[in-house]
Amino acid sequence: MSETAAIQGTPEGVEGLVEDWASDKQTYNVPWGKAMMWIFLVSDTFIFTCFLTGYLNVRLTTTEPWPLQTEIFALTLFGQSIPLVLIAIMTFILITSSGSMALAVNFGYRRDKQKTFWLMVVTAILGASFVGMQAFEWTKLIVDEGIRPWGNPYGAAQFGSVFFMVTGFHGLHVTGGVIYLLIVATKVRKGHYDKKGYEIVEIAGLYWHFVDLVWVFIFAFFYLL
Amino acid sequence: MSSEAGQQHPLGIYYKIWILLFVLSGFSYAVDYFHVEGGLRWFLVITFMFLKAGFITAIFMHVVWERLALVLTILVPPVALLFLIGFMTVEGNYTEGTRYQYRGDDPTLMPLSPSDIHGGGHSEEAAH
Repeated sequence: MSETAAIQGTPEGVEGLVEDWASDKQTYNVPWGKAMMWIFLVSDTFIFTCFLTGYLNVRLTTTEPWPLQTEIFALTLFGQSIPLVLIAIMTFILITSSGSMALAVNFGYRRDKQKTFWLMVVTAILGASFVGMQAFEWTKLIVDEGIRPWGNPYGAAQFGSVFFMVTGFHGLHVTGGVIYLLIVATKVRKGHYDKKGYEIVEIAGLYWHFVDLVWVFIFAFFYLL
Repeated sequence: MSSEAGQQHPLGIYYKIWILLFVLSGFSYAVDYFHVEGGLRWFLVITFMFLKAGFITAIFMHVVWERLALVLTILVPPVALLFLIGFMTVEGNYTEGTRYQYRGDDPTLMPLSPSDIHGGGHSEEAAH
């Protein structure tokens, strides 16, 4: 606790930045788990950006026409073809789960175990339903539309390879996140963090918000543009 | 407030950002729904994308409340990625140009839509 007092005396902003790096002490005033999660997320940003840059390059260089995403991802509801409707629902589900996770972090710091547990479970359920819809989308694309990683009937063959790789890797992140959230939620309910503190909920939250963040970019670049 | 005491903030700000993200996603979807095309489509989609990404990182991931040392560690390395994107755009355009120029690929080809393939099974307006 003596550390807290020391930190309150340190300056903010640029002066604080210099002090944090120059003083003979730990640079980041955060739990090590959080610093490590951030470093992981920065490296994951590089992986996803490499995928999206690969997509950019492949889409620019191919002379075959790029398939019309809006029409391929349309879904017929009530006898009407609505463009991108499943993707829109998936987007809203992921945002909702991000919101419930943010609340879980907040209630964690308030040491409200019940609310934290249930909000994390809600987040995990929303995440699982996202993966379920993705499985539905993949099935529709593979079975009904005949899209394969090596070709499709609509245009450039690269469409399939990019689609399955990017959304697949993101889906894997969501699946991993659901498992991670459920483990942390169970430990919260059992009271494992009563002594250690509830930073772990925030760390799990960082991962979950990152998954949502990546989806924002995939939604824009892959489905809308 | 430094994060040593944990990131504790009033709940109101989370609800506000939550609603804002919903509205921004709705706008993004509306761009597609109302068939906004061309430069305006790119501008709107990318603007909404960066606004959403910014609010998620700043508020939900608590970056605005972190100390500058951590903020810069998170935000500076990805700047390198902007160079990668820039270089790949230039190089991609060049490759495409050479393919049209030397391989004689047809730049006027149009993609097929599901209604072309399924013979109108998917949408009403397929009269082909």
